[in-house]
Order: sequence, then structure tokens, then C-alpha cells
Amino acid sequence: MNALLDALAGTGRSALALCQAAGQLALFGLAGLFHVLRPPFYGRMVLRSMLDIGYFSLPVVALTAIFTGMVLALQSYTGFARFSAEGAIANLVVLSITRELGPVLAGLMVAGRAGAAMAAELGTMRVTDQIDALGTLSTNPMKYLVVPRLIAGTIALPLLVVIADILGVLGGFIIATLKLGFNSATYLRNTLDFLETDDVVSGLVKAAVFGFIIALMGCFNGYNSRGGAQGVGAATTSAVVSASVLILAFDYVLTELFFSR
Amino acid sequence: MTPKLRVRGLRKAFGDKQVLAGVDLEVAAGTSMVVIGGSGSGKSVLLKCIIGLIEPDEGVIEIDGTDLAGLDRDAREAKRAQIGMLFQNGALFDSLPVWENVAFGLLARGAVARREARARAERVLAQVGLAASVGDLSPSELSGGMQKRVGLARAIAAEPAIMFFDEPTTGLDPIMGAIIDGLIVDCVRRLGSTAVAITHDMASARRIGDHAAMLHQGRIVWTDRAEHLLDSGNAVVDQFTHGRREGPIQMELRR
Ligand SMILES: Nc1ncnc2c1ncn2[C@@H]1O[C@H](COP(=O)(O)OP(=O)(O)O)[C@@H](O)[C@H]1O
Ligand SMILES: [Mg+2]
Repeated sequence: MNALLDALAGTGRSALALCQAAGQLALFGLAGLFHVLRPPFYGRMVLRSMLDIGYFSLPVVALTAIFTGMVLALQSYTGFARFSAEGAIANLVVLSITRELGPVLAGLMVAGRAGAAMAAELGTMRVTDQIDALGTLSTNPMKYLVVPRLIAGTIALPLLVVIADILGVLGGFIIATLKLGFNSATYLRNTLDFLETDDVVSGLVKAAVFGFIIALMGCFNGYNSRGGAQGVGAATTSAVVSASVLILAFDYVLTELFFSR
Repeated sequence: MTPKLRVRGLRKAFGDKQVLAGVDLEVAAGTSMVVIGGSGSGKSVLLKCIIGLIEPDEGVIEIDGTDLAGLDRDAREAKRAQIGMLFQNGALFDSLPVWENVAFGLLARGAVARREARARAERVLAQVGLAASVGDLSPSELSGGMQKRVGLARAIAAEPAIMFFDEPTTGLDPIMGAIIDGLIVDCVRRLGSTAVAITHDMASARRIGDHAAMLHQGRIVWTDRAEHLLDSGNAVVDQFTHGRREGPIQMELRR
């Protein structure tokens, strides 16, 4: 009986802690959005974060996209081969990449790279009093550290996804033409014929949301980290895990919004 | 005369741990006060409350006789902008070179244009005995003593009317400690600032302070001129300044 009560109490405590964290996160996000609109603005910091998030993530995202496109073409060929549906393969590759895999995979990769780095940097700044020091030097740490990252994340991820889309389709094209022997002009025409603006735009909107989520989770966990090196480690892990889970959850929500109308 | 800085009945608890239990402190304009007290006695928390980094549970903080709680946000920030702080571990921004650290507050306030900031930072670095070439280094490339100097330079760059020093000599050898103390005294005199320094180094306390106060169990239990630190006649202060194991202070080994 007691064991049961203990288990219940433990569950209750975790649930309460989760609610509290969700509330804090919501307040943090709102504070971030509020400060986006009010000066001073730190353009240099936005550019620096854009480099960190966008430019330095290019190689990882590019490789991921190319291989994903190649695998998609190969896998679908084994499935569609009997119908010899060249059009179907081009269709499947381009739609999967632009609608789903481009934004989601880029989001997950960037969460692992840039989100973790943000949490570690802000966490270290927190535990070494650097965030407090900003406050004593007439600088609002929310504006100086958090807002530029939120902006940069929201802008950089769609840009990355444009590149991922192109490279993903290219990966499929390479396999289709070089390995499966499809006619390259036909494959390209099929790709473009099937593609609609909505597919690309919905993918880019997803990417913007994912970019915001990655930056928000990186900043939130880093900004509120406690307790030395271990606390920074925990903040980093939790930034990556929570951003990844939220990306997949929001992917569902956004897909529902875009395509079930 | 109204004191430059006055704290009354300041209380702060973390969970059920009462760190500050009604601190009263007055610092007259142009003088310097050292606050002594054991590790974990809440000295840093006291400074952070005054600076506004920690929200106190209760108590009044006055600068120039004005209660900060009675001001709106902007006016309060303006009052607090007169405070410069040297953090316990330097808290230098390791993503920025030394000169940008030093010029940070000036740039943030728009007190100096970006192209003049470098020259200005070098002048401040010279005041703490550092060569202009140090400006290009990253804080992580500096020794402990140099980091303290850069932290000091950053704190004084905007020529604040009030300066806080949190354990400026902790972790330094005695000679470097004396040098840093000397720099602090010089800077405070030259700018005519009011200073509050935290320390548990007696030599440092007597070099920096005009007055001294002892923080113990969340209260100021003694205050007098700093030269009386070693013959205070107060049992708590005596045990602390002479480093005796026996006495009224029970070191907290458990929380
Ligand atoms: N942000 C905080 N959250 C919880 N406890 C804190 C916080 N800051 C300080 N404390 C606690 O307050 C006490 C006093 O800390 P501090 O002022 O740093 O001591 P010191 O006198 O050595 O500077 C310590 O027990 C510390 O654990
Ligand atoms: Mg301290």
C-alpha cells in the first residue's frame, strides 16, 4: 500500500515539475518575443548566430540530405519497380524531401549541433557569472544573448532547408540516372511537374518553426542551468532531447494544419 | 549627510535556508567598506541583492537616499548603472577579446563610438598596469592575476560612482593580492568613488577598507573602522580575524 502511495506521489511530483517547467518555458518564450520588438537590437549578434546555426551546419545537413535522397530513390525503386513507374519515384523523392524529410532531418541535425552548442555556451556563461556581469554593464542578457539566437534560428533553418531540398532531390537524381538508368531529362521533368509551391512553402514554414524551437530550447536550458559543469552538461542534453521531441511533435501538428484542410 | 548606499533589514532565503536575516549597512560617500565573513555566509548574495541580480524577500536598498523599490524600472536601472562590479571569478566574457571586455559597458551605453572604443580600452588597461597588446588576447589566455586586472578594468571603465569588489584577492598569491589591492585603492581614490569590498583576507581588508563590517548568520554583527579589525573586542570578529578553531562561529559543514 505504502509502495503504491510512494509511486503515486512520485508520479505526481514529476507531473507537477513538468507543468512548472512548461510554464517557465512559456514565460521565457514570451519574454523573448517581447524583447524582439524593443530596442536595442544587436545585429552583430544575430549575424554571429546565423553563422553558427546556418553556415557551420551546412556540411552535416548537406550530407544528410544527399544520402536521404539517394536512399529514398533506391528504396522506392525496389517497391515500384514492377510498375516501372519512373514518375512515381521522382514524385516520391521530391515530395518526401520538401514536405517532411528536409525540414525534419535538418531540424534534428541542427538541434544536435547548434542547439547543444547554445545550451553549453549560455550554461557556461550562467555558472561563471557572465550573464550576471552583462546586467551590471547596462546590457539586458535576454536581448543580448537570447533574442539574437531566436531570430537567427528562425531565419537560418529555412535557408538550410532550401539547400537540403535541392541536395536531397539531387541525391535521388544521381541514383535514378546513374544506377537505375532512368532518363535524366524525364526524371527532372517529372520532379518539377509534381512539385507544387505549397509543398516547398509548407516545408519552409516548418523549418522556421523548428529553428525557433531549437534556439528556444538551447537558450532556455542554458540560461537556467545551475550547478557547475554537471549542470551545463545536463542543460545541453536536455536542450537536444527536448528540441528533438518538440520538432517531431510540431511536425505532426503543422502537417495536420497544412494538409488536412 | 545621507549615505551613498544604505541597506536596511535585507532578508533573503533560498528554500528554507535563511541566507540574509536582516542586514543593515551604511556606506558614506567617498569611503570604502569591507565586508568580512566566512565562506557561504551570504556576502555575494548581499552584493547581488544590491545590484538587482537577486530579488530580496524583504528590506530597503537606498542609493543617495532614494529607495530603489519606490522607483520605476527605468529610474531604478539608471541608479544601478552607477554601480561597477568586479565579480568573484572575474566573469570575463570569453567569447570576446580583452579590449572588448573592457569597453563593453561603454559601448552598451553608447558612451563611446566603436572605432574609439579600442583606444579607450587601452587607456583603462594601462591604469591597471596592462600593456595595450593584452587587448587582443582572449580572457582564457590570461593568468589569474591578469584576469583580475582585466575584470577591474572592465568595472572601472565607465567610472562608476559606486564600486563593488567580490573577493578581489582570492586565489592570488600574496604579492599579486597586494598589487590588486593597491590598484583598487588607486582607482577608488582617483574616481572619488564609494566602494564595498568583500573579502576574507585580513591584510586585504585593512588595505582596502576605511570601515569594516562582519556578516555572520545573516546579520551584520559588528562594524567599526577597519584598523580595529584585529582588536575589535568582539568574540565573533576575533575568532574570524585570528583564524581560531574555537569560538562562537560554528562552521557549517552540513546544510
Ligand atoms: N542562486 C542561489 N540559489 C540557491 N542558493 C544560493 C544561491 N546563491 C547563493 N546561494 C546560497 O547562499 C549561501 C551564501 O552564498 P554566497 O553569498 O555565495 O556566499 P559567500 O559569502 O561565500 O559569498 C550559500 O549557502 C549558497 O549555497
Ligand atoms: Mg562569494
